[in-house]
Amino acid sequence: MQPSRMINYDYTVAKYFAIAAIILGIVGMLIGVFIAFQMAYPELNNLAGEYGTFGRLRPLHTDAVIFGFLLSGIWATWYYVGQRVLKVSMAESPFLMFLGKLHFWLYLVGVVAVVISLAMGITTSKEYAEFEWPIDIAIVIVWVIWGMSIFGLIGIRREKTLYISIWYYIATFLGVAMLYLFNNMAVPTYFASGGIGDWWHSVSMYAGTNDAMVQWWYGHNAVAFVFTVPIIAMIYYFLPKESGQPVFSYKLSILSFWGLMFVYLWAGGHHLLYSTVPDWVQTMGSIFSVVLILPSWGSAINMLLTMKGEWGQLKENPLIKFYILASTFYMFSTLEGPIQAIKSVNALAHFTDWIPGHVHDGTLGWVGFMIVGSLFHMAPRMFKREIYSKKLMESQFWIQTTGIVLYFSSMWIAGITQGMMWRATDQYGNLAYSFIDTVNVLHPYYVIRGLGGLLYLIGFMMFAYNFYKTMTASKAIEKEPQFASPMAA
Amino acid sequence: MFHWLERNPFFFAVGVFIVIAYAGIVTILPDFMNSARPVVGTKPYTVLQLAGRHVYIKDSCNACHSQLIRPFKSETDRYGMYSLSGEYAYDRPFLWGSKRTGPDLMRVGNYRTTDWHENHMLNPAEIVPGSIMPKYPHMFKNVADIETAYAEALTVKKVFNVPYDKSGMPKLGTLEEAKAQALKEAEEIVANMKSPEVKEALKRGEIKEIVAIIAYLNSLK
Repeated sequence: MQPSRMINYDYTVAKYFAIAAIILGIVGMLIGVFIAFQMAYPELNNLAGEYGTFGRLRPLHTDAVIFGFLLSGIWATWYYVGQRVLKVSMAESPFLMFLGKLHFWLYLVGVVAVVISLAMGITTSKEYAEFEWPIDIAIVIVWVIWGMSIFGLIGIRREKTLYISIWYYIATFLGVAMLYLFNNMAVPTYFASGGIGDWWHSVSMYAGTNDAMVQWWYGHNAVAFVFTVPIIAMIYYFLPKESGQPVFSYKLSILSFWGLMFVYLWAGGHHLLYSTVPDWVQTMGSIFSVVLILPSWGSAINMLLTMKGEWGQLKENPLIKFYILASTFYMFSTLEGPIQAIKSVNALAHFTDWIPGHVHDGTLGWVGFMIVGSLFHMAPRMFKREIYSKKLMESQFWIQTTGIVLYFSSMWIAGITQGMMWRATDQYGNLAYSFIDTVNVLHPYYVIRGLGGLLYLIGFMMFAYNFYKTMTASKAIEKEPQFASPMAA
Repeated sequence: MFHWLERNPFFFAVGVFIVIAYAGIVTILPDFMNSARPVVGTKPYTVLQLAGRHVYIKDSCNACHSQLIRPFKSETDRYGMYSLSGEYAYDRPFLWGSKRTGPDLMRVGNYRTTDWHENHMLNPAEIVPGSIMPKYPHMFKNVADIETAYAEALTVKKVFNVPYDKSGMPKLGTLEEAKAQALKEAEEIVANMKSPEVKEALKRGEIKEIVAIIAYLNSLK
């Protein structure tokens, strides 16, 4: 008797989060495309008074995709994968069911508060930690609820050994909790001053160089524990499931997991090279960034080798294409990052468009494709219907891939051009270009980048449509598919 | 050991936490006190400058402008002396930025004037042809929040011993005194401005955001 056949998994919360991920993804990417075109056509800044400027919209873009699209996507997969690998249904525990729903609705309230406050310009200015203290407290509560949900489900599990994906979900929970708490330490000024000024305003516990150190210890590792760790949790579950292939090596997964946990946290210093933080911290950041290639490539190679001898599936199943391209972009991005962390390269690359270029080949190629691929795999199992259209999925794949290539190649050229022009000198040793020269030269690349982003957004809309149709109008299936997801032509 | 950990979630979680936590302790703590020490001559912001800093943050100027000059000749030629840790001792939060869509502003007070900023904020492309910076006409309409700035200054004075009201340092005093002082500083700036709207407002005792942010930008040296 296989217990998995007997358990009726309850995907209510997973469905909520899946839909939230899609909606917030569209919002976040739409803002992203808009601000990308603002850099090419600055008139677009003044369409909505002070609320439409690049400065106000940029945090909305980053936070909508990170804390909207990504977190929702991560939680959608958690509420799906968690039950299945622990062999226990949420329906068995009314308490965990209640927690899951509370998790979702409180999170939505948080999202609304974030959107309103950022649009009004209420921000701490720290990247990816812009929220003022009342929202921080709400986020901590949501996070604790998620933690209770993880350990609650683990507590009533039937499968005693934790599958690899669970390791990564636990690490996500712990890592973000630690980083978020320490980076957002602040004193609310209204209370400290005896009731003067805005009640939501606060001042950072750390000043200057220390504030920068803590912020980039957070900023870099938020990338680790939101863009990397939970996404690896996804690929360790969905790629073997969809392909029907066992994970290539258990030892390699252990090495990559503990290696990643140990090395990642040291690398934050590479955001502060040639700044005023102590020199040894910069050097450590630089060295550990290079070491980080090992555990990163460990996971990615483990995934690629899982497909050993089964590469024919790439032709038949577009979902496998999403997973494979995602791990390829993961390798690409985790090689590019360490290169940028080498001091002499960083001297050129820092402050330029090469950095957003690097971020986006990771986020669009690796994170975005994994979330899309995961939700596609979940859809037939959650809704008991086949995927609405394989053709649409194929076209989406190629449109989005083209978009990513346009994005990172234009930003490479833009970044390196800009960096070279900033330092160029004439025959007498004087600076060869004024700053505005280095802005004007970038116009064509900003246009190409905007188009790349637009293609990716169009592909994402196709995904949303395909998902919606799968939910509502696709052909019903009687038995849950074991491996490859069923899809109509 | 790994097999055992994978069957014991509590110890697994403890293990993960130890492995991820200590890198932060080792890299951040040792130089914490050193990095917090101001260099000689560094002063905390006046209340008006702090209000301007809040405007800078509100409109995320730091999304496109850095405040960190790296020790390269190409940067010191363009922006002035490279940054020292102690110069940031009173910056809460730090505003180094991570992208230079526009130029660095660490020492912008050395080479731009009130008059330049006024015209530039209204229409950047008119002053710098080809500029892609947004226009900020709303800074001429919105009123700067002096009270919140005062609350912040008072908070850092009480909680972090920032040396307000010490000899040679900016005076804070009571809220009323601080407001009067901010108005006085604002008058000096508005004297060099053209906008009738801003001048009228100041006569009514209102300080517009543009005045506060110029006070802040002029203080960056």
